[in-house]
Amino acid sequence: MALLEVTDLGISFGGLRAVDELNMTVEQGALVGLIGPNGAGKTTVFNMLTGVYRPTDGGIRLDGENLVGKKPHEICKMGIARTFQNIRLFNKLPVLDNVKTGFHNEVTYTLPESLFHAGSYRKKEKQMDEKAMEILKVFDLDGQWDYKAANLPYGKQRKLEIARALATDPKLLLLDEPAAGMNPNETAELMETIELVRRRFQVTVLLIEHDMKLVSGICEYLYVLNFGRLLAQGTPVEVLSNPEVVTAYLGG
Amino acid sequence: MDMIKHLMETRRDSVIAFGIVIVGYVVMQALMATGNLSYTISGLMVPICAYIVMAVSLNLTVGILGELSLGHAGFMSVGAFTGIVVTTVLAGSVELPMLRLAIAMVAAALAAAVVGVIVGVPVLRLKGDYLAIVTLAFGEIIKNIVNVLYIGLDSRGLHFGLVTPRFTLEEGGKMIINGPIGVSGIDKISTFTAGFVLILITLFIILNLINSRQGRAIMAVRDNKIAADSIGISTTRYKLMAFVISAAFAGMAGTLYAMNYSTVTAAKFDFNLSILVLVFVVLGGLGNIWGSVIAAILLTALPELLRALNFNDYRMLVYAVLLIALMLFNNSNFKQRLLERRAMKQAEKEPKEVA
Ligand SMILES: Nc1ncnc2c1ncn2[C@@H]1O[C@H](COP(=O)(O)OP(=O)(O)O)[C@@H](O)[C@H]1O
Ligand SMILES: [Mg+2]
Repeated sequence: MALLEVTDLGISFGGLRAVDELNMTVEQGALVGLIGPNGAGKTTVFNMLTGVYRPTDGGIRLDGENLVGKKPHEICKMGIARTFQNIRLFNKLPVLDNVKTGFHNEVTYTLPESLFHAGSYRKKEKQMDEKAMEILKVFDLDGQWDYKAANLPYGKQRKLEIARALATDPKLLLLDEPAAGMNPNETAELMETIELVRRRFQVTVLLIEHDMKLVSGICEYLYVLNFGRLLAQGTPVEVLSNPEVVTAYLGG
Repeated sequence: MDMIKHLMETRRDSVIAFGIVIVGYVVMQALMATGNLSYTISGLMVPICAYIVMAVSLNLTVGILGELSLGHAGFMSVGAFTGIVVTTVLAGSVELPMLRLAIAMVAAALAAAVVGVIVGVPVLRLKGDYLAIVTLAFGEIIKNIVNVLYIGLDSRGLHFGLVTPRFTLEEGGKMIINGPIGVSGIDKISTFTAGFVLILITLFIILNLINSRQGRAIMAVRDNKIAADSIGISTTRYKLMAFVISAAFAGMAGTLYAMNYSTVTAAKFDFNLSILVLVFVVLGGLGNIWGSVIAAILLTALPELLRALNFNDYRMLVYAVLLIALMLFNNSNFKQRLLERRAMKQAEKEPKEVA
């Protein structure tokens, strides 16, 4: 059974059919790309997968469990974590605490323990500090753990978002244009980090990218979306040589 | 890596808050003992304590949770009248005034928390301005309810009436809350020390909450609701948690405040009071707990201090000018630049530590 199964997924906003009859599967451990021109509906797919939008048609299953109708925080508990195209960090919190919020359902203690700083409070906080620093190290953010998230440079903010998502210990990680706004060097480095993360955290990755060439380097399989519909799918080589895909990109 | 430094930084705010309160208490006690305190100032001590608790608890809703509430005085009112009823009922059975006050405060906290849940569940679904307007309405509704509330006590127990006192008390019975006339003949058991202890408890609990996983969740909801949702935080749950804890402390402040006067009416806990406390929070800095403490002390004591200094003619003028200056400073580019410079210095320092 595939980790993620999307069947005949569709959503309408008023008269606009943003996504239509989308079928998609992501196997355990895979690194899959979701590509397509601007406005194709890629982010809308992520919003449906994470419960931000409720699809008007179709089904979504994670490990065989239905996700449609679940709230975003419940879907996170079931094992999907994500980043956002327009970065959404907890700007006033330190970098370290941004990651620690990601442990919210992983490392827990009760409200009385937190009001009195009693019981397992100290032990669990220490455990979270250590785990958070470990994750920050992977993204080379450990030197700036006490910065306010808002004061990080742009590229590092993108990385921090991935770090926070990984803290929730997801089965499936959704990355929405993680390289947007980065220069080619930063992008190449980020792609390496994503490869590394995938092995280290044993996480399946579904990645949105606007730039087709860029993902073809690391993704094993690609889904191409155009005007809300699936235009093509296959290995990067297959997809890149598909004339329809080429026209969609040149036309868009 | 210097986690110790991090610990010091997060603790710094707590240390300042407790420092101000403890030093303030010792100094005022010394002044009182040596008879150096004017009648008006010593009369202000308990109200200031109540205002501090109000400001710190409102900061939890406005600064930490990031929701504008204009009805905090409503929770204070619930706590005040609950406290009055409980102390009256316990007058015969619990001898020790301090113990009676403590029990009354616990009851007030519970009552305000229950009202907090009832108000919070529907209200917290609203956003920004709508939430502010509905909390404002809540404060007014509480005032109007208490205005027509009659509670009496006799040997048969408590009697309740709305609009009219639909009960007749036995011989020797006592009318506790008498509609628009309010409450009179209160046993004034609140003391400066009781206020001091309540502030310490409030600071302890709220600062602990802020530095915990629940506190981080509340601030995460404030900074970005969608992102908080995406990492598994139930935003409704943590909004309600902050709102209810905030209400509970306002309830305790209400009891402290009410038991300091011989008469109390519902009109005391009106919109003006909610705004006054909000001014403390905004001027002290959103999310800055010790800022709320300082602002509550200064803005309550300042008019009286200026009076004592024989500034009588210009008293309100000086007060107003200071208020405006503070407000301007808080929103100025100047402050922004100061903060940025601090961030820059921090940034310059860091690379060395990494290397
Ligand atoms: N909440 C919404 N309401 C109305 N239209 C929306 C909404 N979200 C997305 N859309 C529309 O859906 C289409 C796909 O958008 P999006 O998924 O953001 O594209 P992509 O991420 O592929 O660039 C666009 O036409 C966009 O305007
Ligand atoms: Mg998009």
